[in-house]
Amino acid sequence: MSFLVPCPNCGRRSVYEFRFGGEVRQVPSLEATQAEWQNYRFNRTNAAGIQTEWWFHYFGCRQWLQAVRNTVSNEVLHAYLPGEKH
Amino acid sequence: MQLFSKDRMWRHHDLKPSYDVVIVGGGVHGLATAYYLAKQHNIRKVAVLEKSYLGAGASGRNTAILRSNYRTPEGIPFYDASLKLYEQISEELGWNVLFSQCGHLTLGHSDSSVAGLRVRSENNQLLGVNSRMIGFEEVGKLVPTINISREARYPILAALYHPPGGIIRHDAVVWGYARACDRMGVEIHPFTEVTGIDVENSKVRHVVTCKRRIATGAVLNATAGWATTISRMAGVPLPIVTHPLQACVTEPLKPFLNVVIVSATLHVYLSQTDKGELVVGAEIDPYQSYSMRSTLPTLEQMATYTLELFPWLHGVRVLRQWAGICDMTPDFAPIMGAASEVSNFYMDVGWGTYGFKAGPISGKCMAELIATHTPPSLIEPFSATRFETGRLIGEKAAAAVSH
Ligand SMILES: Cc1cc2nc3c(=O)[nH]c(=O)nc-3n(C[C@H](O)[C@H](O)[C@H](O)COP(=O)(O)OP(=O)(O)OC[C@H]3O[C@@H](n4cnc5c(N)ncnc54)[C@H](O)[C@@H]3O)c2cc1C
Ligand SMILES: [Zn+2]
Repeated sequence: MSFLVPCPNCGRRSVYEFRFGGEVRQVPSLEATQAEWQNYRFNRTNAAGIQTEWWFHYFGCRQWLQAVRNTVSNEVLHAYLPGEKH
Repeated sequence: MQLFSKDRMWRHHDLKPSYDVVIVGGGVHGLATAYYLAKQHNIRKVAVLEKSYLGAGASGRNTAILRSNYRTPEGIPFYDASLKLYEQISEELGWNVLFSQCGHLTLGHSDSSVAGLRVRSENNQLLGVNSRMIGFEEVGKLVPTINISREARYPILAALYHPPGGIIRHDAVVWGYARACDRMGVEIHPFTEVTGIDVENSKVRHVVTCKRRIATGAVLNATAGWATTISRMAGVPLPIVTHPLQACVTEPLKPFLNVVIVSATLHVYLSQTDKGELVVGAEIDPYQSYSMRSTLPTLEQMATYTLELFPWLHGVRVLRQWAGICDMTPDFAPIMGAASEVSNFYMDVGWGTYGFKAGPISGKCMAELIATHTPPSLIEPFSATRFETGRLIGEKAAAAVSH
């Protein structure tokens, strides 16, 4: 289903204005093992439900956002600039 | 004379307390594996668990294109073995799957795409697959109604022609395997959702379903777009993201197209069914999702690109549009093998947008792996350990868009 993303700068806009940037994940520390880096490089949570993701507002404010979305219904619960309180 | 058979395709069973093998997912991969477990290894205490009706996943939603003109030395012989099994399957199952080997054309619209097709044609020929480059004039002879104008926005320069490729009746394949499984004593359980997997000492002991808990000697994850959800129950991480893929079908037209057409540049592929409908497929939706609702932007995209190739189709009406979900891997190649974390948890996943054609050979190889604990050489390179060793199998150029 097509859906709207509530951009904190531009308001509710079509998902087709955005570029999907994947799941928000924790980058391993420099001391991390090879296995931890492999896990980071390839494995994904791929949640069937609520997940926090990166989105770039390509045809809008051209900012990277984070959004909390239900991947089954495609409802975006909220979106915010990285580092902002939510 | 009895016109319509009263035989059931498969019988209803109550779930038993235990099975030798539990297969999760009633699509072509799960059913083909069950079929070969029973037929070739005489393992018949097998249950196929499907949360919805059989073929509710991608196996009943795909555009049914079969071909073996892949790019890598691992992929080409694997898909070719599947195509050869598909050639015999109507006879073997006593059930017509309407396989039409009408030929398959992958169009090149730029120097770089033609270079990629050329690599495939060379690799295909080295490995004995009937596949060759043809110029745009020959494309025009095979498909007299296609737009080969030099004035087109993306003129067709050349094409990879693969005569043994074609179209099959996907539902018939699913039903044919299920019927054959039933005849051999394998139990088919539609509307039986798996909700948990109990692992003890690195082995699966039980599978929990919406109906009851069952003990099992082995579990196969054959749930494609839902693969991560089942794998997580067993504690096995996967390098997979789920994306929807959409397709549509038009009203029936007079026969004008008897070859499958694929264009990666135009993000579209099409074929005409025996009934005359045009089946058109798109590229994956550009975001992860488990939603199977279709979208207007994708319909517009499919229509736009179809009209680039066949401008005279502009008044044709669309009958239906739909979506399925696809389990995408980083290298566009599947993952087949036993999980290193849980020894009796088997995976046949990562089928992305291209897995229907692989059903028979995956089923055959996965059944051998489960029965003998040794992976057949055809599937060895597709083990999940390739993400540790770095031996990825780059099929993107031959698998993206051109399903
Ligand atoms: C629009 C579209 C076009 C495509 N075109 C082509 C093509 O032209 N050629 C090609 O080769 N491939 C194509 N594909 C890809 C192909 O359809 C799939 O790769 C293939 O069908 C996967 O088969 P499967 O048996 O592994 O999975 P599926 O057929 O998806 O079956 C998985 C099953 O698991 C079930 N399931 C999920 N969770 C649970 C649970 N918890 N408990 C029990 N059951 C569960 C689902 O309901 C589903 O029925 C296309 C896919 C789509 C969506
Ligand atoms: Zn914005």
